[in-house]
Amino acid sequence: MSETAEQRADTYTPRPGAPPSRPGFPRRAGALFLRQREATVFVVAVVLFLYFTFSNSAFLTKDNMVVFTQDLAPIAIIAIGEVMLLICGEIDLSVGFIYAFAPFLMHYLIDFYGVPGILAIVLSLLMGVVVGWVNAFLTVTVGVPSFITTLGTGFVLDGILLTTSHGEPAQIPNAVVGIGHWFGTYAWSEIVWAVVLVAIFHVVLTRTRWGLHTIAVGGNSLGAHEAGINVARIKYGNFMITGFVGALVGLQVAFQTSSIDPSNGGYQAMFYSVTAAVIGGTAMLGGVGTILGAFFGAAVLAVLTDGFSIQGISANPLNIIFGVAILIAMIANVSLARLRGEGRAR
Amino acid sequence: MTSGPAGPPAPASPDGDTPASPDGDVLRAEHIAKRFGAVTALVDVNMRLGKGEVLGLLGDNGAGKSTLIKILCGFQPQDSGRIILNGQEVSFKSVDQARSLGIDVVYQDLALINQLSVYHNMFLNRERVRWPLLANRSMRKAARQYLDEMGVNLPSVDAEVSRLSGGQRQAIAVARAVYTQAKILLLDEPLAAMGAKEAAMILDLVRDLKRKGEVSIIIIAHNYGQVLEICDRVNLLQHGEITLDKPAAETSVQELNDIVIEEYRAALQARHRAAG
Repeated sequence: MSETAEQRADTYTPRPGAPPSRPGFPRRAGALFLRQREATVFVVAVVLFLYFTFSNSAFLTKDNMVVFTQDLAPIAIIAIGEVMLLICGEIDLSVGFIYAFAPFLMHYLIDFYGVPGILAIVLSLLMGVVVGWVNAFLTVTVGVPSFITTLGTGFVLDGILLTTSHGEPAQIPNAVVGIGHWFGTYAWSEIVWAVVLVAIFHVVLTRTRWGLHTIAVGGNSLGAHEAGINVARIKYGNFMITGFVGALVGLQVAFQTSSIDPSNGGYQAMFYSVTAAVIGGTAMLGGVGTILGAFFGAAVLAVLTDGFSIQGISANPLNIIFGVAILIAMIANVSLARLRGEGRAR
Repeated sequence: MTSGPAGPPAPASPDGDTPASPDGDVLRAEHIAKRFGAVTALVDVNMRLGKGEVLGLLGDNGAGKSTLIKILCGFQPQDSGRIILNGQEVSFKSVDQARSLGIDVVYQDLALINQLSVYHNMFLNRERVRWPLLANRSMRKAARQYLDEMGVNLPSVDAEVSRLSGGQRQAIAVARAVYTQAKILLLDEPLAAMGAKEAAMILDLVRDLKRKGEVSIIIIAHNYGQVLEICDRVNLLQHGEITLDKPAAETSVQELNDIVIEEYRAALQARHRAAG
């Protein structure tokens, strides 16, 4: 779990005059666990997982676990970028369109311009980074709010994609079928990518200067600037990280489904990731967030999608359940955060 | 923009002290001017700071005190004028550059990050790193040791600063500036909105620094009694210029109050004339 000040508050002063009684280990361990920002969503994910495991024998099977992890991984990976951005007080609405455009760019480069497969993949990933830079330039340097900036660049990317593809799916170019196994074709490749990236960025956020400065920029932008932190650099970097993970997921899903589909990604991919981030404990107003929480948030969304599909609930009522589940998770989060606050105040 | 090329800082003396210029001043501001659009914040500021001196910078709200402090610490550039550090002209491009030359600042808003711990705030943007990771243990230990040495009582250096009192937050901001071995310390209203007990803690910190004589301090404050008690000299900033420069021993709360009242009366008369 992340080591933020709040979570280490077990070292905080005891209430003066309080009786020196020491609670037992289970209570102390429980209290410590509940102090973790990721605790609520972790519990919700586990409860949902157990519910579907015991209510439907088809849930905990290898085939279904592959589907479950393939639902989870894209949300979790994009959520990495959104968490970093939300913490520093920004958001990227265009990431779902970077996701959709990246595999098409790879296809265009290979099939229309004869670019070698690996170079095409690298350039497609780089496209995500460049779009992230453009988002940062318009937001940080020009001063347009990121909500509007990324809405605009999202539309532009979507327009370019639909115009160039005529709204038609494409095939994975033969040149990259082999390398594609490592990106998404192998059953567990996406979840491995997700776990590795989540682990790396969890460390980046909680144990490096970049993470600390990201929190500082979102917590008090002027204060961070006054302390000499290059606020613009932090925001540029996090926009570019988000663009990169968006492009990466786009390529992975294309390889996994063996098809390049213009309807992939879009706002749904972005909103799922932002939802995962927020139910995982990331604040919309900046300064607070956790990558690990977003991963568990993605697990909640994936287990709901997958579990209810297995139960035979069709897509339309699923959205009702989805919405209610998100609200319940958020209410639990807010309530627990309040409890954590009261616990510290004592 | 600054006038003239940036000069290198004077080399530090072998014992690490900031060498004063031949006239004994560690910092001089000459003809500093600053505008923000149509608003003129500083017209022609000339001030000096001696080695080990505590200088009180006084003035009405909006007189340009904070603007001057932010220029001297590298947060923003002046439009014209020169800053002379240890006898050499300097042109700060950033807070980091000024800090590397021994100038540190405690801003009026403290520049603390509520979501971070005490020790992360103390080391903000000068973190100890065992690449690529933060050396949290080392920073935590150093912060605790430093705050103890300064006599700042805190429940824990792991606590979020949002949970601390105004005085504790102020003390952390001062400690953060001091622990870097700053030779020139700029304190922008360190006693603002503070109770007597908390203000006493900050004043004690300043007295302690003054007694050691290693740090030169410019302090902005509104309570003239407190200022005169700890300062060696006071400067009054009015309408973008220094209009009074006296040793603290040669002025009084009464004189400073009279000047402020005079300024207030003049403003009132000007307002009535404009209305009439």
